[in-house]
Amino acid sequence: MSDSISPARQHDLKTSILQGLSAAWPICLGYIPIGLAFGVLAQKAGLHPIEIMLMSILVFAGSSQFIAVSMLSTGAGAVSIIITTFAVNLRHLLMSSSLAVFLGNTTRKKLSLFAYGVTDESFAVNHTRFSRNNWSVDQALVVNHTANIAWVLSSVMGGYSGRFIHEGAFGIDYALTAMFICLLIFQLKGRFYVITAVIAGVVAVILSLIIPGSSYIVLASIFAATTVLGIKRWMLR
Amino acid sequence: MDVTIIHQKVVWVILGMGLVTYVPRWFPLVLLSRRNLPQWLVEWLDLIPAAILSALLVPELVTSGMTRHISLWQPELWVALPTFIFALKTKSLGGTVVIGMALFWLAQSII
Repeated sequence: MSDSISPARQHDLKTSILQGLSAAWPICLGYIPIGLAFGVLAQKAGLHPIEIMLMSILVFAGSSQFIAVSMLSTGAGAVSIIITTFAVNLRHLLMSSSLAVFLGNTTRKKLSLFAYGVTDESFAVNHTRFSRNNWSVDQALVVNHTANIAWVLSSVMGGYSGRFIHEGAFGIDYALTAMFICLLIFQLKGRFYVITAVIAGVVAVILSLIIPGSSYIVLASIFAATTVLGIKRWMLR
Repeated sequence: MDVTIIHQKVVWVILGMGLVTYVPRWFPLVLLSRRNLPQWLVEWLDLIPAAILSALLVPELVTSGMTRHISLWQPELWVALPTFIFALKTKSLGGTVVIGMALFWLAQSII
């Protein structure tokens, strides 16, 4: 692991793909029920399967797609749906910033492709592996695109047949929550990370109760990271 | 397949959504990846994943409803405790997902 040559270089394409796939399958497992549910809802809101597919390909951000579909079904205007989407997905700005640290030697073309697949889940999986120093952008791209395929296929399937799948079967609705629990533990690499997580969690709960929408995620994260950085710098002065 | 029922408005909405979602994903990668970032920013960004995962997760566990309210008696929270311990002991992402699902399924069938 601690060779002077970047371990990433030693991997050929096939290994990259296999390692990417083995990192991606929990994400896929979590996306399938959500994609199906999204497809069902979108179909009920009057979207054609082609529109569902187009949205899952071009947007690829679960919660904003749910919100957009419910806004469409209540007859909301295009501009207000797009502004809401922007607000809901602004958290990716933080995730991409955090990932950028590891992508110094990547071409702009690859970065642009990688940017497409930055979701809550792929971000957490890739960041964990990048920070262990045994991950390359190619493996990360496999994770992003495998997750993307699972998302697109399951949402289109939901648009056709989701209503036949029993809701809540196998506890699959809990897949992403369980995944976040484990990914959070991977991030708790020391006491400052634990303090950050505690502050972010408490502040997020409080903010989620008082401000509508999902801006609490970004606000609580920025607040927690800034506070802990302040504490850290003050203690080590 | 009958494509004539695709609505023009929906297509514009989707294109707009795609654009405003892609730009925040793309901009920091291109802006930040080739620079030498100041040490404080690197440290700050290193804390962001723990913060963001916690901010995503905790409200899901302890609140519910469209206008959120505290809800401590939901299976989401109580299943999280054994799932958390399992994840801590095994550090297995796939295993945690499977255990979490199984426990949640069990909890839902009991309630």
